[in-house]
Amino acid sequence: MATLTAGFADPVLAAQATFRAVMDATARPGTVVPVIDTVAAPPPLAAATAAVALTLVDGDTPVWLDPRLAAGPEVAAWLRFHTGAPLVDRPADAAFAILADPASAPPFEHFSIGTLDDPDRSATLILQVERFDDGAPLVLSGPGIADRATLRVAPLPPDMVARLTANRALFPRGVDLILTAGHAVAALPRSVMPVMER
Amino acid sequence: MNAPAYNFAYLDEQTKRMIRRAILKAIAIPGYQVPFASREMPMPYGWGTGGVQVTAAILGPADVLKVIDQGSDDTTNAVSIRKFFGRTAGVRTTTHTTEATVIQTRHRVPETPLKAGQILVYQVPIPEPLRFLEPRETETRRMHALEEYGLVHVKLYEDIARHGHIATTYAYPVKVAGRYVMDPSPIPKFDNPKLSNSDALQLFGAGREKRIYAIPPHTAVVSLDFEDHPFEQWRHPASCALCGDDASFLDEVITDDRGGRMFVCSDTDHCESRRAAPSQPTVQDAEVARG
Amino acid sequence: MYVAVKGGERAIENAHRLLAHERRGDRAVPEISLAQIEGQLGLAVDRVMTEGSLYDRDLAALAIKQARGDLIEAIFLLRAFRATLPRFGATQPVDTAAMRVRRRISATFKDLPGGQVLGPTFDYTHRLLEMPAADPPEPATTESDVADSVGTPMPRVTDLLAADDLIERSPGAGEIDDAAPPGDLTREALSFPADRDLRLQNLARGDEGFLLALAYSTQRGFGRTHPFAGEIRLGEVAVEVFAEDAGFVLPVGRITVTECQSINQFHGSASEPPRFTRGYGLVFGHCERKAMSMALVDRALRARELDEEVGAPAQDEEFVLSHSDNVQATGFVEHLKLPHYVDFQAELGLVRQMRREHAARTTAGGESPADATLSDATVADATVADHTREAAE
Ligand SMILES: [Zn+2]
Repeated sequence: MATLTAGFADPVLAAQATFRAVMDATARPGTVVPVIDTVAAPPPLAAATAAVALTLVDGDTPVWLDPRLAAGPEVAAWLRFHTGAPLVDRPADAAFAILADPASAPPFEHFSIGTLDDPDRSATLILQVERFDDGAPLVLSGPGIADRATLRVAPLPPDMVARLTANRALFPRGVDLILTAGHAVAALPRSVMPVMER
Repeated sequence: MNAPAYNFAYLDEQTKRMIRRAILKAIAIPGYQVPFASREMPMPYGWGTGGVQVTAAILGPADVLKVIDQGSDDTTNAVSIRKFFGRTAGVRTTTHTTEATVIQTRHRVPETPLKAGQILVYQVPIPEPLRFLEPRETETRRMHALEEYGLVHVKLYEDIARHGHIATTYAYPVKVAGRYVMDPSPIPKFDNPKLSNSDALQLFGAGREKRIYAIPPHTAVVSLDFEDHPFEQWRHPASCALCGDDASFLDEVITDDRGGRMFVCSDTDHCESRRAAPSQPTVQDAEVARG
Repeated sequence: MYVAVKGGERAIENAHRLLAHERRGDRAVPEISLAQIEGQLGLAVDRVMTEGSLYDRDLAALAIKQARGDLIEAIFLLRAFRATLPRFGATQPVDTAAMRVRRRISATFKDLPGGQVLGPTFDYTHRLLEMPAADPPEPATTESDVADSVGTPMPRVTDLLAADDLIERSPGAGEIDDAAPPGDLTREALSFPADRDLRLQNLARGDEGFLLALAYSTQRGFGRTHPFAGEIRLGEVAVEVFAEDAGFVLPVGRITVTECQSINQFHGSASEPPRFTRGYGLVFGHCERKAMSMALVDRALRARELDEEVGAPAQDEEFVLSHSDNVQATGFVEHLKLPHYVDFQAELGLVRQMRREHAARTTAGGESPADATLSDATVADATVADHTREAAE
């Protein structure tokens, strides 16, 4: 365990600040929000991704890691040590999924989408991307957005707009996405609707 | 004996994580009631434990907190909750709506329009808008799942048939983002329009009933009504005796035992701000209406 | 001139000072000690631990003292403290067959292995007030029942019946599904239908008076279950935890519990031969009335599972489980003391409007309410108070 990097310096206040960033991002889909209190996590986990994981994940939330994160033992060991989260092999069993290779993300419907009775029992996907100032603009509408919001994210699955549209069609079921890059987060909750630009 | 040592904002971190996860799901599914493992709080159920847990889960040292009950910062329960967070979180508190980043409320929405970055936390006694039509959770959950809201309309229409009006004056049901019928908490229906397309995030906590729900900013919130009986706001047809406002929600105050009464703003900060503003004509002596 | 009411903060402080004053009572009388409460009001301590869901006699005594003897208030204090404690894990199931028994009675067999042990009980006392004598003799100390029973094997009556397949079996330690740990309603919101583990947890925390009344109602025919007090036992059981790192079970102490197993009729079904069924009650300390009530209500709540007709209040899972918790109930009933004047103002306006409309109808003679003329001062669009709603909020 000596090789593990540390968690938050101040776990209580850092978790609060990170949560507020995620909450703001979720309440205003498409807005990029800075994450101040980050942690040094084992690569390829980015600072914001690690901070979000420490903030939301614990022994009550099974976590699925994408093949890039699961390739070495470091990320799994770090997560287990700092959060106590059980790691699962099947995407469908996860409350949270963390993906460092979002372009090859499994289809969203492979994750838990909840039920009509309990739509909240659905997965949250933390997609670690490289940047928020590149890529094709995603034009969004829906709750939390006055008129339209535009978000540029790279990389994303090539069929991202189709995926978001399909996810929205499942409403109130569906997955919720938290996007992380460097020291910032954005969110695409299931309520967002991509707008087709003509 | 174990000496109690409490965490920042009282709740332990595991509990906060659980509540935070519920809040994120609530925002993602506007108007849907997310079940959460509400904790026993050091104040009684029904006295704001849901709102207190939501506030405790979001509050940070940079926040400025305002707590109101019936629109007033000085009602005893508002004082008690404000002191609780002053003591357990050491956050700055305020009575000014414009200064607050987090406002916890019982039964009112402030008159001053909320801004982006502000969060309004409602205390909710009965989160289920269908509860008075159907007491069973198993049934109401199903009705929400299937979007079967005919029963609410039947109830509202029965009121019209019997009384000529819709008989609900507060906790008036709304539909959020075109999907979920939601209880706005027992605010007077005067406040309902403020819920729609607000710049602020609105969170609702029901401690005893163990539910959290949310309205994101810029979200359509529609009070249920009928074409021939549209939703209407109601307020006492009078002006505030202190600040003269003829648009705010008013409390009727009985001034003597001979039928003397007057009307004053329910939102005390709104009323005080109007009186402090130099442009506003000051009302020297309140006119006391005799009824 | 009217000034808005101020001074909530000072009023609260004064009220708290008064409370502390009243709590202390007559200064000429010595202050009651926690040891006295713990030792001499032991059954109050037991009830507070049971419904407070925390086994700690010192803290329960402290809560009773702070609550001025109001046990629901004391239960609330203990619960609020419990909510802040870290959770390390779940214990192994306690083995009540291995209980160090202080009291054990069965109403179903005259004699049985281990015998009937009356123990410390109010049963068979004559309820005559005993006026304190000027120089009361100390009651003789006695450990006889305990001494008699310790070491004597005392199999549970239900186990004896189960050996002949006359009663449904309860799953043995090895048979409990380890992959599905028992639910915990303090960690997850209760949803319906609830499994028996959650129902039992809810009943164990539930209000003694509420469960007593429900149990009584089943005896009077509202969901009859034909119960026998198969066995009631009181004594000490070992509490053990499985230490993950060490890889074995560690004892952490002993606690006093009361267990009641009721034996109930069951006529059998298409797949099951006729045999007796069980209701189960388990509480901290010596809360016998509560344990018995719990067993009866547990059995009543199994109606659906046993294909019995469901209709009585005690069989209605959502009704029973949603209203059993006295901390929730007292909070919500007592919250009616909080100001509701905003909502009342809204209702007030409407009652006035209704009266105007009524008067208008009376003078106009027989108009339908929808056509009634509204006075121009009226902005409202609603009518009389909805009393169901008002009462609930
Ligand atoms: Zn005013």
